[in-house]
Amino acid sequence: MSGDAKTLLSVRNLRTCFYQDEGTTKAVDGASFDVHEGKTLGIVGESGCGKSVTAQSILRIVEAPGRIVDGEILLTRPDGGVTDLVQQKPDGREMRAIRGGDIGLIFQEPMTSFSPVHTVGEQIIEAVLLHSKVSRKEARLRGIEVLKSVGIPKPERRIDEYSFELSGGLRQRAMIAAALSCNPRLLIADEPTTALDVTTQAQILDLLRTIQRERGMAIMLITHNLGVVAEMADDVVVMYLGRVVEQGDVDAIFHDPKHPYTKALLQSIPSIDSKPRIRLPTIQGSIPHPFNRPPGCPFHPRCTAFIAGRCDKEEPQLVPVGDGRQVSCFLYAPAAAGTAP
Amino acid sequence: MTGDHAAATRTRLLEVKGLKKYFPIRRGLLQKVVGQVKAVDDVTFFLNQGETLSLVGESGCGKTTTSRCILRAIDPTAGQVLLEDGGKMIDVATIPAGELRSLRRQMQMIFQDPFSSLNPRMTLLDIVGEPLLVHGVGSPQERTDRVVELLRLVGLRPEYMRRYPHAFSGGQRQRIGIARALALNPRLIVADEPVSALDVSVQAQILNLLLELQERLGLTVLFVAHDLSVVKHISERVAVMYVGRIVETAPTEELFASPRHPYTEALMSAVPKPDPRLRSERIVLQGEVADPANTPPGCHFHPRCRYAQAVCSQKAPVQEEIAPNHFVRCHRAAELSLRGVARLRGPASGP
Repeated sequence: MSGDAKTLLSVRNLRTCFYQDEGTTKAVDGASFDVHEGKTLGIVGESGCGKSVTAQSILRIVEAPGRIVDGEILLTRPDGGVTDLVQQKPDGREMRAIRGGDIGLIFQEPMTSFSPVHTVGEQIIEAVLLHSKVSRKEARLRGIEVLKSVGIPKPERRIDEYSFELSGGLRQRAMIAAALSCNPRLLIADEPTTALDVTTQAQILDLLRTIQRERGMAIMLITHNLGVVAEMADDVVVMYLGRVVEQGDVDAIFHDPKHPYTKALLQSIPSIDSKPRIRLPTIQGSIPHPFNRPPGCPFHPRCTAFIAGRCDKEEPQLVPVGDGRQVSCFLYAPAAAGTAP
Repeated sequence: MTGDHAAATRTRLLEVKGLKKYFPIRRGLLQKVVGQVKAVDDVTFFLNQGETLSLVGESGCGKTTTSRCILRAIDPTAGQVLLEDGGKMIDVATIPAGELRSLRRQMQMIFQDPFSSLNPRMTLLDIVGEPLLVHGVGSPQERTDRVVELLRLVGLRPEYMRRYPHAFSGGQRQRIGIARALALNPRLIVADEPVSALDVSVQAQILNLLLELQERLGLTVLFVAHDLSVVKHISERVAVMYVGRIVETAPTEELFASPRHPYTEALMSAVPKPDPRLRSERIVLQGEVADPANTPPGCHFHPRCRYAQAVCSQKAPVQEEIAPNHFVRCHRAAELSLRGVARLRGPASGP
């Protein structure tokens, strides 16, 4: 439901597994969604839902025992062509041009994602030199410019500082500057404000919105914070244990959730505008360990609308439920042999 | 305690007066003191029997240092921490170390990270039973029985008591931490960010458990947190800290509906609300939190305050009771009209 915005990135049936001695972890198990040009897609879910691995799969930086086993990641290039990132070599020329070029990335913890032995500037300049044919001097000017555009005071001095010399908020701004230095059309932000205080978080979210407005860039915002999603996203994808359980536009997800997990999750969060000291409705149990993944619908052991004999045996598929929304739940799926939706 | 909030005859359990904790900054070969980090700088508040007070603020504001001073895990630089004990107020801050142990039975702590606060080489029985052992309570059999009782109380199966912490999820580990804190029947629980390391769906379970235990056992809780939604949910009164000082203390609903300190207003407006229809104009504070080693003169908040006047940078405001039980530390508290969180929703808010 994103109007006429063109699809920039389309993830189809993505499956990423980690093959370890203890067993196989299906970190992402058949995720499908689209990111539209100039829009923000929020991906929400709790730990272990596969939201970060989805981002790593898109950038092809899934680490060793992990591998993309199935699916397509279709990126529309500036010339209108479509590249399937799954078919690319992770360290090939094409992929290196896309990573940091077409797609920029911001991590959760800016302290660990910057190298402590290089200045912030060196790291931005390196990215610029890698992606554009400019001289070192021009790259440095671009670095200063981009640091300035993210609201870092005295960028010509800050560019020669190390990441540990910056405060948490400034460090995250520098991280965003590095990601923006090559004019990406898609910015993947993996928990960009989780390590920050609320007032700093408000500054960073404000900055992301301004940059998006100015550059018409698409943002894929990965977070566990439902408040951040409600403030930022146009469309929302809700994930649970590697699967997309529901997707739709932000208002629909928050005001008319369909999947029992989305409903329960929204009810279980304490809100700043709810009454104090009331019992919160809870989701029973806890998120299962990825090795003990329940059969059938992964949410069924914790679900209140569980249909015995169905939810624990068959896997529900994402089905459209109108208004461009999709839900993966048997409550909304016609009976196995019934009419197609 | 039967949740009888109307009872105005509550007794004071804890009174903190002018608490200060400065950490020296040392430099050079001779480790000369070249400055002070004023982590806690003149903090005054009280806790009544059976109530929950939240201490809220951003990282580095001194909320954890305050709670550690109260437990005397560290020695405060100045000030009093008065704990009611048998009708007398005893100063925890100055009591000789030898007499501390009996007081410590009355004050216990719940930690933030359920992964690092439990010893991986100890079984549940050892972990939860350790406070009993340390304080020499009961025979081994009695201690085991007490552990069984405690595990049931926090919603864990006693059959698991010979297992190690790694076998449990984050939420279950936090329950173990709570059981350990309750072992000695303390009167005061200091909970330092007890739910911030947990997943959203598990957070609600632990918050409910804390509310329930408090009602059943009549506990007094000092809840230290940075998440305002959680704070609003759990507390009867809230104290907001900024760079070592409490800037505002008020009953929860009053604080959220009509804050009187500009920092409280900005903090509440910065919290993202989980409702896309409430995307509103937020007050985005400029600049950074002040450095406690180099605090600005006057009011610590003045460089970022929208309402600051000349006096704010010259004189530090003092804490004043602006309405019953509503304390503010701001020169302009009486004249400003600030924005709170307007709408109140019910428990299971639907569309």
